[in-house]
Amino acid sequence: MIRFLFRRLLTAIPTLFLVVTAAFFMMRAAPGSPFDGQRRLAPEVERNVMAKYGLNKPLGEQYLTYVGGVLHGDFGPSLKYKDKTVLQMIGQGFPASLMIGGLAMALATVGGIFLGVVAALRRNRPADYAVMTFAILGICIPTFVTAPLLVLILASKLGLLPTAGWPIGGQSLTDAASYLVLPILVLGLPEMAVISRLTRSGMIEAMSSNYVRTARARGLPEHVIVLRHALRGAILPLVSYLGPAVAGIVTGSLIVEQMFQLPGIGRYFVTSALQRDYTVVMGVVILYAGLILVLNLIADLLYAALDPRVRLS
Amino acid sequence: MAEAAAGGRSLWEDALRRLMGNKAAVAGLVVLGVLVVAALIGPYLLPFSYDAINKDDTWADPLTHGHLLGADPLGRDLLARLLVGLRVSLGVGIIATFVSLVIGVAWGATAGFIGGKLDEAMMRIVDVLYSLPYMFFVILLMTVFGRNLVLMFVAIGAVSWLTMARIVRGQTLALKQREFVEAARAAGLSQGAIIFRHIIPNLLGPVVVYVTLTIPGVIMAESFLSFLGLGVQEPLTSLGSLISIGNDEMDLSPWMLIFPCVVMVLTLGALNFIGDGLRDALDPKDR
Repeated sequence: MIRFLFRRLLTAIPTLFLVVTAAFFMMRAAPGSPFDGQRRLAPEVERNVMAKYGLNKPLGEQYLTYVGGVLHGDFGPSLKYKDKTVLQMIGQGFPASLMIGGLAMALATVGGIFLGVVAALRRNRPADYAVMTFAILGICIPTFVTAPLLVLILASKLGLLPTAGWPIGGQSLTDAASYLVLPILVLGLPEMAVISRLTRSGMIEAMSSNYVRTARARGLPEHVIVLRHALRGAILPLVSYLGPAVAGIVTGSLIVEQMFQLPGIGRYFVTSALQRDYTVVMGVVILYAGLILVLNLIADLLYAALDPRVRLS
Repeated sequence: MAEAAAGGRSLWEDALRRLMGNKAAVAGLVVLGVLVVAALIGPYLLPFSYDAINKDDTWADPLTHGHLLGADPLGRDLLARLLVGLRVSLGVGIIATFVSLVIGVAWGATAGFIGGKLDEAMMRIVDVLYSLPYMFFVILLMTVFGRNLVLMFVAIGAVSWLTMARIVRGQTLALKQREFVEAARAAGLSQGAIIFRHIIPNLLGPVVVYVTLTIPGVIMAESFLSFLGLGVQEPLTSLGSLISIGNDEMDLSPWMLIFPCVVMVLTLGALNFIGDGLRDALDPKDR
């Protein structure tokens, strides 16, 4: 176990290093500068600004400074918002992103497992077809289609939910929660579709396995067989889907936060990308790459802990 | 195998027959065929050009002012823009998939055929890249180098070759044990010649399946960028940019959102159904 963890860390660290390096050199290869504004800066001023951000030093030195900073958790200053560091900007957006992403993930997991189990137990019957149709739709309709369509129907035409925005203080709990419904739905649905598919096939396999037959022979009630025995084996493959699912939700958050005007990292990322605020863009890329690497590692460990057949070597 | 020998049919004839028996896949083929033809010749048949601005037709409703699907805030014909957008999206899908195909097949075949330490190292790289949120890298690329259509093809293609490499490697590992590869080696062919003449042609089945499933993924990626305002530049358009504009105009003119969404879903759905159908048709497991 320890050896496995060590080996995986040995690959995770160079990966992150690679990400930092790629991001740094891509940024430096960029034509133009973030200080190209409406007015051209006087040459002396520009020289001073460049010096302030260390942009006049040799490339190698800049690179070492940046990597050193990242190692100390310092991603540098934002180039557009003069009084903020990248870390402050990320810290500002993180709570909203975490809340929306976490709830979407919970919806996808709970909903997906439930639908998958129902479909497997009602195999080749209307409920199964309904779930599988939902899954296909969920997989091939992208978030940037579902988001505006749901807003059009549920918010604009029916007026059930707010079209966009983020709860501010002083609202009732239901009013505040109503802002979160659409973003969570849009973000969670595609992952829910994939999870329901995975659960269904896992469940069908488990229901025909020997241990379920044994449980049945022992005369256990059906709900015990399904919930205690079959489901445990069936949801195992879901653990290794944890990493890709989070990656999907993080990517989807770019659309959802922009669309619903949520104060999260995804929206800052897009705004910064459009404004060429390189340090912020790089900081977010590095942060999310790190997050997904860590989650993949956790998923591997969890998988091994849950399934004694897997040997970590 | 036995079935093919008995009927005297090749693998491909057999697969085609099975594909035609799959209703969803046939429906997908028909829908895709109609969309491709419409995207290719449709714009020439319309009285409006996709970038012609008509002052009198701004926000025209469908079926008014001679606009079948209405017009956008600049009075540009929505149908013409939709067809051109579809053409761009399909074009991006095909070209970027081709880029991913070339990289993925070369990478996977080399790793699988040579094997050993090189295989280990090459597939480790794939694993590493697999775990990264690649959309962020594409956005970083588009930010840094500006919005450039060619770069976008390359960037999306260059990040979507990973699954292809994995599939090809697995197939190659199985293929290189086969007698005809042994025979080629005995005949003194070089490694490169064996890879390109004997291994790659035999990889065609799984590669074809995965290509049809990559195209919708790439179209989604391009539309994703366009939706965020990082994709193709006006007046050129794509399905993603049209959805993005429709999103801004939906209160006044919901059809500007609905029509592009319908075309998008039809395109992605058709490609997915064809891909699934091909997989079932070519996968010997289910025979």
